[in-house]
Amino acid sequence: MDVLASNDGRLPHEKIERIRQLRPDMVLQSGGTDGGTVSHVVELAEFIAAADPKPRFGTGFKLPVIYAGNKNAIDDITRILGEKTALTVTENIRPTLEKENLMPARHKIHDLFLEHVMAQAPGYRKLISWCGADIMPTPGAVGLIMQTIARKQGINVVGVDIGGATTDVFSVFDEVFNRTVSANLGMSYSISNVLAEAGLENIARWIPFDIDEGDLRNRIKNKMIRPTTIPQLLDELKLEQAIAREALRLAFIQHKQLAVGLKGIAKERTLSDVFSQESDGSLINMMELDLLVGSGGVLSHAPRRQQSMQMMIDAFQPEGVTRLAVDSIFMMPHLGVLSTVNETAATEVFEKDCMIYLGTCVAPRGKGKKGNQVLSFEIEFQDGRREDGTMNVGDLRHFPLGLNETAKLRATPAKGWDLGHGSGKPVEAVIHGGVVGIVLDTRGRPIQFAADRPAQIADTVRWNKATDQFPV
Amino acid sequence: MAHSYTPGLRVTPFATLQRRRILPLKGEVTVRVGDLVSRDTVVARTELPGDVATVNVVNRLGIEAHQIEQYMVKKVGDSVATDELIAETRPFFKFLKSTVNSPIDGTVESVSTVTGQVILRRPPKPVAVTAYVDGRVIEEIPNEGVVVETQGAFIQGIFGIGGEAWGKIRRVVESHDSVATPSSISADMEGCVLICGSLVSADTIKRAIAVKAAGVIAGGIHAGDLKDLLGYDLGVAITGTERIGTTIIVTEGFGAIAMARRTFDILSSCEGMVASINGTTQIRAGVQRPEIIVSRPPSPSDTEVAASSAGLQIGDPVRVIREPYFGRLGSVSALPSELQTVESETRVRVLEVALEDGEKVIVPRANVESIAL
Repeated sequence: MDVLASNDGRLPHEKIERIRQLRPDMVLQSGGTDGGTVSHVVELAEFIAAADPKPRFGTGFKLPVIYAGNKNAIDDITRILGEKTALTVTENIRPTLEKENLMPARHKIHDLFLEHVMAQAPGYRKLISWCGADIMPTPGAVGLIMQTIARKQGINVVGVDIGGATTDVFSVFDEVFNRTVSANLGMSYSISNVLAEAGLENIARWIPFDIDEGDLRNRIKNKMIRPTTIPQLLDELKLEQAIAREALRLAFIQHKQLAVGLKGIAKERTLSDVFSQESDGSLINMMELDLLVGSGGVLSHAPRRQQSMQMMIDAFQPEGVTRLAVDSIFMMPHLGVLSTVNETAATEVFEKDCMIYLGTCVAPRGKGKKGNQVLSFEIEFQDGRREDGTMNVGDLRHFPLGLNETAKLRATPAKGWDLGHGSGKPVEAVIHGGVVGIVLDTRGRPIQFAADRPAQIADTVRWNKATDQFPV
Repeated sequence: MAHSYTPGLRVTPFATLQRRRILPLKGEVTVRVGDLVSRDTVVARTELPGDVATVNVVNRLGIEAHQIEQYMVKKVGDSVATDELIAETRPFFKFLKSTVNSPIDGTVESVSTVTGQVILRRPPKPVAVTAYVDGRVIEEIPNEGVVVETQGAFIQGIFGIGGEAWGKIRRVVESHDSVATPSSISADMEGCVLICGSLVSADTIKRAIAVKAAGVIAGGIHAGDLKDLLGYDLGVAITGTERIGTTIIVTEGFGAIAMARRTFDILSSCEGMVASINGTTQIRAGVQRPEIIVSRPPSPSDTEVAASSAGLQIGDPVRVIREPYFGRLGSVSALPSELQTVESETRVRVLEVALEDGEKVIVPRANVESIAL
């Protein structure tokens, strides 16, 4: 909801007023290394106490506050917040300058979320009485599955679970796991917020027909207030999938911003690093990505699998050679929970029934003028068939390559374009098929859009035809 | 029998309803079980803690934080007035004396020996909860509030803006599909709940705000007009705290949609009576729809139909809630159990609706809602 810091520029009464307005589900308070100064972190505790915040749920409850800061301030924090809030003290998230220790605080947040927030959800207590296993929030369950995929195959994975209210993004790069939950980016309850955050123009660029702005706004708001409806008309489906691209894109931007080395993991740094307060950048390197996995209603239940593949390519814009898969019928969260009860069963169901491999996307990174050549390629299929050709800026091509089939790709990007080995350097790779096949994408990274609306529509119609997205 | 479980909005001329009237913090309940209450009766009250002001006394006096208590003139819990002395130094030479005065009226909440900060709190703000509807107290929740039961017409909208309000019902259009214009609204509609037929524009709502109408009820509103009225694009349908000057309740959805005839007829039959309305809407985590309640005693002709959750059956009245028949009313004429592929190539459970003009159409079951009686 908000981050307050002792040096955020806000005056004390502004901080207090902000805490009062927010009525948060919980507060995480951190600050200071162990043995360091206590006054800043105590000052923030005084502001929290002065705000006397009430939790969102229940008049008789106290607000959960987790303290994960300088251990020397624990007595002061307990004195200030112990009576007024439901205070939980855990280990410092930054015990020394060189070390981060996020897991104890993460576990406390998880416990308190289940205890204080989920417990207030309608029907939660009845659900507990029905369940033999612990209830797990969806992002936690899907995150478990994503980590399992990455660990078992030894690959870098990005996963996404797009729901009605939130979009969760997961990544495992070089065994480092990150998870973000983008609240208010979703396909029903939060669909209107996608419009508010992405803007009308960004949604419209994916729509392959002209639509009146007022009409589009009304349709999106109607979906928001009646979130369980289904697109009956083809144009309505195209609109929803256009919005999904933007929800996914925005959620991934948030993920990349948060999945950074300094914040995301416990790491030791050298003495010279200590004096540099700069983040070492996002851990997400799209050229190093091996597998992109999609889950959630709009991806799992798209009438055609090529629609799921194209939505993910458009939103995540993978670079180089990247395999894509989708959750068959949106069962990843359930398998995540099952894995805590019976990992073997969960793994078998996951491999046989859950993961549907869509195919492989080959996309060089670069920018260029429309019509200029980007790539020459040759694909050699297992049955001896060959496809070759060249592709220009703005092109998209599709070649069928079935599940469990592979093909040899030889591709040479033009100067200024990179397929993973450097600008203009040729690449040879074995690529995997799927229910969709191979998609060669030379639309640029980032994808280059036409400036005017008629040309945008023409491009989207052409791209949709290239991958057989829709019946007409 | 095949069922559909699409929840519907209740639109009924007579129902018995209970409303929980709960304080935001624990406090005092001011009525008893069995008491008759009117909409403006205070049923519970409490005091919200006042706002705070912070004063960094150690910086102002040039002392160390751990010394602060010996310089404080006022202690924790003491009352203070604006400009009253709260801390001072006592140097040998008086001209070196430093003082700190209170910036507010209130009490001393805390004095910190770690940060040197003094927190002052303004007097508490009284908060009262009213009965909201005319009725009888049927349950007391100690220290929190009561449950009030009422009888009368009950209409749920699909979306609203603004919180609780009440006023006399005034119809400003002749039919359910008429569009109210700014000129339809006159100065004598102050404090009234205005029934505006189908579409209501931003200009019409602004006119309603100008004459201080308590509420505006309409079939539809354009999303762009809503943005104009709020000053921002509403991202998530959690509403009720807006303060735009009136409460708005939309019964059908966004766009130009005629108010359902049944809704319009019930509201018209209540013209001149007082309606309690609430625009608060929450679509998830405990769905709450906006509502119009017209409390009145039962008449011999009133028959109450219990709210049903048994699902749709053949003959049930429904409203289509998505294109291509969005806003059309009809009744269920068939409930095939097998999945069907619709134009978008989505395979879904469907039903057949006989629309009001006799046309029969197939729609996904998820795209209708029952019109609950």
